[in-house]
Amino acid sequence: MNKGKAEEDDYWHSSKYSAFTFDDDDYDFTKLKESQRAVNSIRGLVEDDCEDDEDVEKVSWSGEPVGSILWGVKETASSLRTSGDTQNHGFPKIQHNPPLPRQSSGYSLSSLFKGKVSASAQSSLPDTSMRVYAPELRKPRSEYKDYDSDWNSEETIRRISHNSNVITAVLIFLKRTLSKAILFRELAEREVALRHFIHLLKETGEQRILVELLKKLGRMEDMALLQYKEHISIKDENQRKDFLKTCLSLPFSPDDSTHVQDHYMLLERQIIIEANDKRTDTEIFKKHPRKASILNMPIITTLYYSCFYHYGESEGTFSSPANIRKTFRISEKQYFLTALGARAKLKQWSDVDRLCNTTNWLGYTKKKSPIGFQRVVEILHKNGAPLQVLQDYMSLVDNTEVRVSLAQKFKCHDIVINTYKELKDRQQLIVYQSKLERGSPEYQVIDELIHSLNIRWKN
Amino acid sequence: MAQPGWRDAPSPPDFSLLKRLARDQLIYLLEQLPGKKDLFIEGDLMSPLDRIANVTTLKQHEVDKLYKVEHKPIVSTSDQLCFLIRPRVATVKWVSDVVNSDKAAGRFRRYKIIFCPQKFYVCDAVLEEEGVYGDVTTDSWHFYLLPLDEDIISMELPEFFRENFLEGDQRWVETAGNALHLLHSLYGPFSKVFGMGRCAKMAYESWRELQEESEQKSRRADIGTVFLVDRDVDYVTPLCSQVVYEGLVDDIFRIKCGSVEFGPEVTSSDKSVKVMLNSEDKVFSEIRNEHFSNVFSFLSQKARNLQTAYDKRRGMDIQQMKTFVSEELKGLKQEHRLLSLHIGASESIMKKKTKQDFQELLKTEHSLLEGFEVREAIAYIEEHISRQVSMVESLRLLCLLSLTENGLLPKDYRALKSQYLQSYGVEHLLTFANLRQLGVLVEQQPGETLTVMESKVGKLVNDKTAGKLTDAFSSLAKKSNFRALSKKLALVPKSDEEYDLRVPKDMAYIFSGAYVPLSCRLVEQVLERNGWTGLEEVTRMINRHEFAVGAGGGGPEGGEKTDAQRVILVMFLGGCTYSEIAALRFLGRERGLKFIVVTTAITNSGRLLEALLDH
Repeated sequence: MNKGKAEEDDYWHSSKYSAFTFDDDDYDFTKLKESQRAVNSIRGLVEDDCEDDEDVEKVSWSGEPVGSILWGVKETASSLRTSGDTQNHGFPKIQHNPPLPRQSSGYSLSSLFKGKVSASAQSSLPDTSMRVYAPELRKPRSEYKDYDSDWNSEETIRRISHNSNVITAVLIFLKRTLSKAILFRELAEREVALRHFIHLLKETGEQRILVELLKKLGRMEDMALLQYKEHISIKDENQRKDFLKTCLSLPFSPDDSTHVQDHYMLLERQIIIEANDKRTDTEIFKKHPRKASILNMPIITTLYYSCFYHYGESEGTFSSPANIRKTFRISEKQYFLTALGARAKLKQWSDVDRLCNTTNWLGYTKKKSPIGFQRVVEILHKNGAPLQVLQDYMSLVDNTEVRVSLAQKFKCHDIVINTYKELKDRQQLIVYQSKLERGSPEYQVIDELIHSLNIRWKN
Repeated sequence: MAQPGWRDAPSPPDFSLLKRLARDQLIYLLEQLPGKKDLFIEGDLMSPLDRIANVTTLKQHEVDKLYKVEHKPIVSTSDQLCFLIRPRVATVKWVSDVVNSDKAAGRFRRYKIIFCPQKFYVCDAVLEEEGVYGDVTTDSWHFYLLPLDEDIISMELPEFFRENFLEGDQRWVETAGNALHLLHSLYGPFSKVFGMGRCAKMAYESWRELQEESEQKSRRADIGTVFLVDRDVDYVTPLCSQVVYEGLVDDIFRIKCGSVEFGPEVTSSDKSVKVMLNSEDKVFSEIRNEHFSNVFSFLSQKARNLQTAYDKRRGMDIQQMKTFVSEELKGLKQEHRLLSLHIGASESIMKKKTKQDFQELLKTEHSLLEGFEVREAIAYIEEHISRQVSMVESLRLLCLLSLTENGLLPKDYRALKSQYLQSYGVEHLLTFANLRQLGVLVEQQPGETLTVMESKVGKLVNDKTAGKLTDAFSSLAKKSNFRALSKKLALVPKSDEEYDLRVPKDMAYIFSGAYVPLSCRLVEQVLERNGWTGLEEVTRMINRHEFAVGAGGGGPEGGEKTDAQRVILVMFLGGCTYSEIAALRFLGRERGLKFIVVTTAITNSGRLLEALLDH
């Protein structure tokens, strides 16, 4: 890229972190759009004769380059679809080929150990298949005198060095031959071998032994989490719920225990809500049909759903926002944000008002927002709130700078004007007026203001 | 963009040899099963295979139909089945099922499993247990290394990261050793090896053993120096938002095996286009390492040049026009196509990033890196979570917070975890357990105050004792020590200085001048010192396991270096990001070095965190 050349984008280099902005109306974005147009404008010239261009990769209908592996696989798949199920389900084919010679088993590890050698394994000691993994295992047995005389599991595991494949090989063998009690005891002292063993059991899906092992090692939290994990593979929601119930007694850490309790209660509740709402056809469901089931959704999503479809229900019902809020200890801020989002989405501005209203002990109502009124305005705007509603909330933004910039962004002229008036900033008013359409109501208002003699302007 | 080095960097060796070797071995293996056969390919092997062979190659060696492994009953009518798979238990079990259902149906076929890149013992054990050990033949296809570009080689093993660093299964270490061995015999002999990390050490040992067994051939080296880096030495860098073009494209569109699929929003048509992204793409190669803010001006300049070139046609006579068409038009058209794609991509990146308020996000990341206004950053993360913005993004920010702050305060940890589970699902308990195990999202232990004591003790007694103390403590919990490392290695440049992203002065440009990637800084420092001398404090903080072999006595090296010594292979065990590659390319240009990056896989924050989810 041209480095020395003074580009038009000196703009970028004025400060360190603001050098790079992702604002819409950004200068460079416009430039990018221009380049796009420039390139597009010459597209016509190029494309008419694109077909004969040997540079252009041949691409099949599936979008894969012809001849690629992906293309090949898709070809097979589509030919299968088109030809239907033409494979023969009929009689088994008569064998023409002689069967392949059977490969010998890999059980030869046993040849390492005295008294554990089965005749078949010994006779078929496979020289080749073992070589790759454990060179030392294919040495003549006489070299393993130490084992012949006095083999013990401890020694074997100690010998497991850095070669992971050997570790696994030995572990598989030990698992098949040793009693669990001895195996677990030996593993307890060897972290590397232990982690290999745990991973092996996870991979082969031997959950039961794994649970037993973790229990034996006193790793109760790991054991609890492992068992809890099983719920993911249970598809039926009632079975899943029942399973989660059995998890409640597992030895989780105190915090996790609460979370798992939440999980169980949530699913239990979701099942009830789902069963009811599936056949409900009250107005709200007709007007806003559900896009998906609420089963297995997170707590906040469930709260949103309840604020959307079950707002105003009494705290006694499972589906009411108040009940969900209480049961799952949802913070005030989180509740406010979620409820606001749901009610604004439904354009229920009066609900928004009520959500913000607080009454003090003298009976005055005052608007409060735990997330700040700026965010409230942004959420309302995103949901297409009318100008009046926006203005009401905008005027509650304390910081005048923030208020003015919000008002300008969302074109609430009254707020801009009132704020400048409040600040007695005549200059800013004049600047703002210059951006307005001459003769518009706002323009008139400012005109009157700046000529008013009743205001003591600061400038 | 860099200051020209004192000498031009040497050009990289020719890695296409690796592709040829892999292809030849595959053909050899296919020929081991003579006659027509159907080939089942593991899904994640398809793209790598595509880079070295095509359907014609396979057909020439009597592959009839191609299938993707889908862990479902098969419909093949062939008498011979060949399975090209990764050495995974689930896949081997599926193959066993295929064999067993044939047996049950009284059907006879020949079966061959080709494991890529190697077979594990556990695969044989599964075949045995399923009772099909004698029915299948097995082989290994040693396709360890796939060159993605002239300076990037990938092992295409994304599972390396989770299995090695989270599960503690070291099965792939040997594979890394084998890959090194292959590189050594083709492009070595290496004269120096540096490394940091436990896995790096083991991979080195594994390679050294192979080295001792094989005979040494004397050849002139192409690559003189090797650097092995464990991913767990630096988790901060891959978790930062990428802002160089190639990194952004990867974060947003996910580059797969050096190729990206641009959807309709980029192509401004109704179809998607797959594009190879490498140095052969003349537009891409000029912007890939650039900070995104520079990309616009470059693309618009290019577009203008292109326009001018086309405009030349006007007023040409027939003869000139003929020359224009035969000599220039094709090049222009090619450029036009690429330019239009990259402009479309930039536009789409802009739109996406504007929508998610990228500016605020970057500000938060920078605060965390600087350790400045951390409470505000936490509030930002909290809001991110409570608004249910992207699940992975929230996790990424939490991890960055924990890594840079050496863990979260217990009350923050509890609150943020509860909020996270409420927003994204309670089952993420499992994710949190994994992140804790890995040490990337942890609670500060009450014992953390020991750190203070430890440093005090360190001043009182000699260094050796302090080292022992640190070892004892670091065995309790893996700490990131980011703040101290950052200070020691000057990772965060002073914020009051202006940073000209167009003329970067150091590797920090890849993160808008806010942070020099730790991994690359370590490489730079060790190369500069020709060893670890003087970095004792740093190595203590990255949990030791550093080594230097063949580097002589240490200390800066005098005299001219040979070309091979200036070609440096950096192998990332557990993955590296495009931003790190861009940083190394920058370093290379500055120092007149050529970096070759070998990685177990290209990663980014999304891939890294997704690997740690338990779904």
